[in-house]
Amino acid sequence: MVVSLAPAAPAGPDMAAGPVIEIEGLTKVYQMGDVQVHALRGVSLTVCQGEMVAIMGPSGSGKSTLMNIIGCLDQPTAGRYRLAGEDVARLNDDQLADIRNRRIGFVFQSFNLLARTDALANVELPLIYSGTRVAERRSRARAALDMVGLGDRLHHRPNELSGGQQQRVAIARALVNRPSIIMADEPTGNLDSKAGAEVMGIFQRLNIEQGITVILVTHEPDIAEHTRRIVRLYDGLIDSDTQVAEPRVAGDTAYAARLGRPRGC
Amino acid sequence: MSIVEQIRLALRALSVNKLRSTLTMLGIIIGVGAVITLLSVGQGVQALVADQLQSIGTNLLFVVPGNLDRGAMGRGSSGLTLSLKDAEAIADPFNVPDAMGVAPEVMGSADVSYGKITLRLTVSGVTPSYEWVRNFPVAYGNFIDVTDVSTQARVALLGSRIAERFFEESDSYPIGATIKINNIPFKVIGVLQQKGGTSGPGGNQDETILVPLSTAHQRLFPRFYNRQGEAMLSVVYVQVVSENRMEAAAEQIGELLRQRHAIRFQDEADFTVINQQDLLSIFGQITGVLTIFLGAIAGISLLVGGIGIMNIMLVSVTERTREIGLRKAVGAKRRHILLQFLIESVVLAVIGGLLGVVLGAAGAFGISRLQSDLHAVVTPQSILLATGFSAAVGLFFGIYPATRASRLNPIEALRYE
Repeated sequence: MVVSLAPAAPAGPDMAAGPVIEIEGLTKVYQMGDVQVHALRGVSLTVCQGEMVAIMGPSGSGKSTLMNIIGCLDQPTAGRYRLAGEDVARLNDDQLADIRNRRIGFVFQSFNLLARTDALANVELPLIYSGTRVAERRSRARAALDMVGLGDRLHHRPNELSGGQQQRVAIARALVNRPSIIMADEPTGNLDSKAGAEVMGIFQRLNIEQGITVILVTHEPDIAEHTRRIVRLYDGLIDSDTQVAEPRVAGDTAYAARLGRPRGC
Repeated sequence: MSIVEQIRLALRALSVNKLRSTLTMLGIIIGVGAVITLLSVGQGVQALVADQLQSIGTNLLFVVPGNLDRGAMGRGSSGLTLSLKDAEAIADPFNVPDAMGVAPEVMGSADVSYGKITLRLTVSGVTPSYEWVRNFPVAYGNFIDVTDVSTQARVALLGSRIAERFFEESDSYPIGATIKINNIPFKVIGVLQQKGGTSGPGGNQDETILVPLSTAHQRLFPRFYNRQGEAMLSVVYVQVVSENRMEAAAEQIGELLRQRHAIRFQDEADFTVINQQDLLSIFGQITGVLTIFLGAIAGISLLVGGIGIMNIMLVSVTERTREIGLRKAVGAKRRHILLQFLIESVVLAVIGGLLGVVLGAAGAFGISRLQSDLHAVVTPQSILLATGFSAAVGLFFGIYPATRASRLNPIEALRYE
């Protein structure tokens, strides 16, 4: 059951060949009244299948903009962006929605679960928009919740769950449609350190066991060090791109060596 | 996502804020309720009036003294312009070949008493033809016959309600009993069948008393003799052979009477011929106008209800901005969001419409109970019309909020506080 939830890689035909994210010369200019704001000034970045990457940077560095573009919520002003081999830099709203649905799982700082809706229905949400039939939706959502350790909380509503549990529901929702990448925007920002470590442990486990590519946006160095690679942005440009020699491990230490090792390229 | 699922989702979203949803629906509920009640009462009134006009008799022309077009009693201020001779002339098939039966009548009120009970009632003097021209058969006993008229017999027929009121208490048999009309004793020879209805010419048809025409002239209403000593009438009922000869018959009668009354070509007549069908259609027009007018008021209420729905949907879109952002982030396209909010507003309006139908049916039922003769029936058509209309209102007023929701930028929506 767990295996069925893994992304199509690394054995998958379309992904094994190349990197999952290829970005080249990406710029983004916002028009704020008379002023042009250059949020990104030419970012190039390649992320391989199976990597676990943290994007850091002070506010105003452009990391939110980069994340929105990587997450296909926004379009770059110029530059190239290929997601799992698919050029997504020039798509309309509906095509972007489709890409988000199939390729990307989002985890937000504030969980963004639907209130008054139980965990199972929350996790089913992306499958509704991909046109999956009800029975399959149920079983896949159940499996995803199993994977984040909430198999016994299927019918709890968000307000009946702890913060850490809510974020785990959100992670299940992110991975239920077998995305190419999971985008996590400050996923531990609203959690205490214990729950934060729990969530990071799940990300690491998904990365190691399922080979899911995880991109983490954070400003907490502790959290960033749970990954293998840290990309720092400053003033719309990549300031540094460093490997973490010994990532922190938030779960089973036996995994440490395998964390964030790229498999696709 | 199937439509059933969408509707279930909408119901759940609406049930989150039950009070607000209910208050929003109230506009539609009242609007639809008003439409349903008005439609069914309107139809009930129309049916009732048609029924009563039919119960007077079929294919009838009413010939009355005076010119109704020129105000109540036009020229002959005494109202005595229609004589028994006129009626006899109309009955002559050489004069009015399309007349099948003619029933002259004099009407007046009189004190009628039996035992200790005295009532002020309408008493009509009639001839035997009245029974079938006016479609007024006896329940038991006999109708006034030719001999009664020629001998000015002091006999009377009682309307069913009168018979009840006079004889129920004393538990005596009406026929053969003696009642007094203006202190003149009359023998009861029969009781008329119940007609129902609240109004006919001269009040309730079941509260009438019939006596022979000649007796009425001679003993009860001597004022119906004009200065020449001729017996005059209140009304002449003419039954026409068939419905499509009504116009022709009315014309024949008009010509005959103008000639008899020596009215010159350019002068106006001193009598009026009223067509039963005309009365029906005039009444139909009046109720039709009334229905349109009331319908417009109900329509305005629906419009206001629709604006209420739009208002609440806009609030709901704002409140659920983050939800919309999230749905878009996980792959909802514009049309998904559009559909979600449209269905929500249509569901809101249709539930309001259905509750309105229930309210309207209750209103119609209540009015039927208050007014026992009025059968205000809620027809399937009016239910269909009302729910269809409220769905259309929900759709129309849902378009703007739903479009706004579907156009939200996911990034800004997710960031919305």
